[in-house]
Amino acid sequence: MSTVSDFSLSTPSGADAGLTPKQLAAKYGLAVSGKRPSLPTYVRQLWARRHFILAFATARLVAQYTTAKLGQVWQVLTPLLNCSVFFLVFGVMMKSRDSVPVYLAWLCVGVFVFQFSQSAVQSGTRSIADNLGLIRALHFPRACMPVAFTVIQLQQLLISMVVLVGIVLANGQMPHMTWLLIIPALLLQCLFNTGLALIMARVGSKASDISQLMPFILRTWMYVSGVMYSIQSAIASWPPLAKTIMALNPATIYMDLMRYAFMPDSFNKHIYHGGKDAAGHALAQHLTLPHHVWLTAGVWAVVAFAVGFVFFWKAEEEYGRG
Amino acid sequence: MADIAMSNFREAQRDVPNTATTDPARVPTVVVDNVHIVYKVHGAGSGKGSATSALSRLVSRKRSPSIREVHAVRGLSFTAYKGEAVGLIGSNGSGKSTMLAAIAGLLPPERGAIYTNGQPSLLGVNAALMNDLTGDRNVILGCLAMGMTPEEVKSRYQEIVDFSGINEKGDFISLPMRTYSSGMAARLRFSIAAAKTHDVLLIDEALATGDQKFQKRSEARIRELRQGAGTVFLVSHNNKAIRDTCERTIWIEKGELVMDGHTDEVVSAYEKHNRA
Repeated sequence: MSTVSDFSLSTPSGADAGLTPKQLAAKYGLAVSGKRPSLPTYVRQLWARRHFILAFATARLVAQYTTAKLGQVWQVLTPLLNCSVFFLVFGVMMKSRDSVPVYLAWLCVGVFVFQFSQSAVQSGTRSIADNLGLIRALHFPRACMPVAFTVIQLQQLLISMVVLVGIVLANGQMPHMTWLLIIPALLLQCLFNTGLALIMARVGSKASDISQLMPFILRTWMYVSGVMYSIQSAIASWPPLAKTIMALNPATIYMDLMRYAFMPDSFNKHIYHGGKDAAGHALAQHLTLPHHVWLTAGVWAVVAFAVGFVFFWKAEEEYGRG
Repeated sequence: MADIAMSNFREAQRDVPNTATTDPARVPTVVVDNVHIVYKVHGAGSGKGSATSALSRLVSRKRSPSIREVHAVRGLSFTAYKGEAVGLIGSNGSGKSTMLAAIAGLLPPERGAIYTNGQPSLLGVNAALMNDLTGDRNVILGCLAMGMTPEEVKSRYQEIVDFSGINEKGDFISLPMRTYSSGMAARLRFSIAAAKTHDVLLIDEALATGDQKFQKRSEARIRELRQGAGTVFLVSHNNKAIRDTCERTIWIEKGELVMDGHTDEVVSAYEKHNRA
């Protein structure tokens, strides 16, 4: 059984004879297998895969509904159905719509914007586990996966945007200069979502239990962010510190920016001054943007992206193991 | 020193088939230095799996009794050189696939170290690509993921499809990959991975499912890759495939090295051992 031949083909010969394996590896510049590249190298590798990320995202988006009969129609139908459920429950049954100007448009903007972050987190959490086959078969910077899934969500949001513009116009909101603000708001949110997806991708790849927890965390986040009702009036009597913390919630910030961009009139205190009408019905109260809203949005975006990227890169060699 | 290394390198490239044994100036590409690999298997054993016991473990910070350790590779050492095709043989569960996964960097060694030239690519039999996407999407995405530019992909695309032979019996490349037979999928995967020149290519039974004609083609491609100064590792239970492709073979049993030498010698000994 143990007939190891006396002469081995492994033994280095000639000038290399007598070197230990480690010395041999060092002499010929061999690197430890599966070692994590340095951060600048990693960024370069990721940038070189930009075509892959885009092509992967597009292919995935198209394939998503291939088994459904209605196919791509669901991309528009799903957000619309979401909006109608929320409108029914919060708008009609719980009378949220009385206190918010142009409630339907306000609600839809909120739902679509929150959905963007929510689905980026959800798909980011699963991005490594769901693509283990690809990760084990081919070698590429693993950050491609969470980034590509955020791109998918962005593509989906852009499709929803067409619906959204229709809803906003149908609610009597005319195109305005502020619509240009949609672009920077979206870019910042994108950056923020990518960071979040990167963080969740690493967490999700280690602890698969987290995907059981995510629906609850995300639902809590949604309810405290004021997607379906005005958080402003709900926390009016809270202590200042609590109010500040609530105002710093990134989901609220990005929703408010988008709502302002789409419907600047809702933020005009001369048009919507609140109070009650002659018959005693509550009138819509104008909305307000928190202080330094763009700065907060920018800081959230940059911090989330930087932290997420480094956090994900730190475990680069470990994805696909197990 | 660097000059000598450089000239050695050129010499090794010029005359590949002989380098394996006679040429004193062999350039190592994979160095496996006394490697131990231990798997931690979750959910093994008959430990109590109830929620309360899981909670009490969390509180007491004890390791779950259901985690078992499997010592798959025990102190393996070998060095592979440029232009070599190395076969890995051994019975099921002897640690061959584990060894390849470790060389690819997918499994961390418990002790010891593995050094490689560049990033090795592992081609496994169940390494699925994107099953819900069509064959042609898989070709394009696979090539892009390996770092090719869109132009390169465009120019190589037809070559890859032809090599895989997927379209020999009709237009299968535009069908989702989940509709492929295991042989077809394996062929497409190999064709994609082989489209790039690899410094180190690890093939784990990936060719076993292909038909005769494809095996001939892939053997030719492996020879090409070796001549491009790459190193190829081949795990297979098909001794003929090993004999045809590799001139060196390593025999592993229970995670330990049994024999490392010329293919004829090692495979004969292996066959003799199995008959006994």
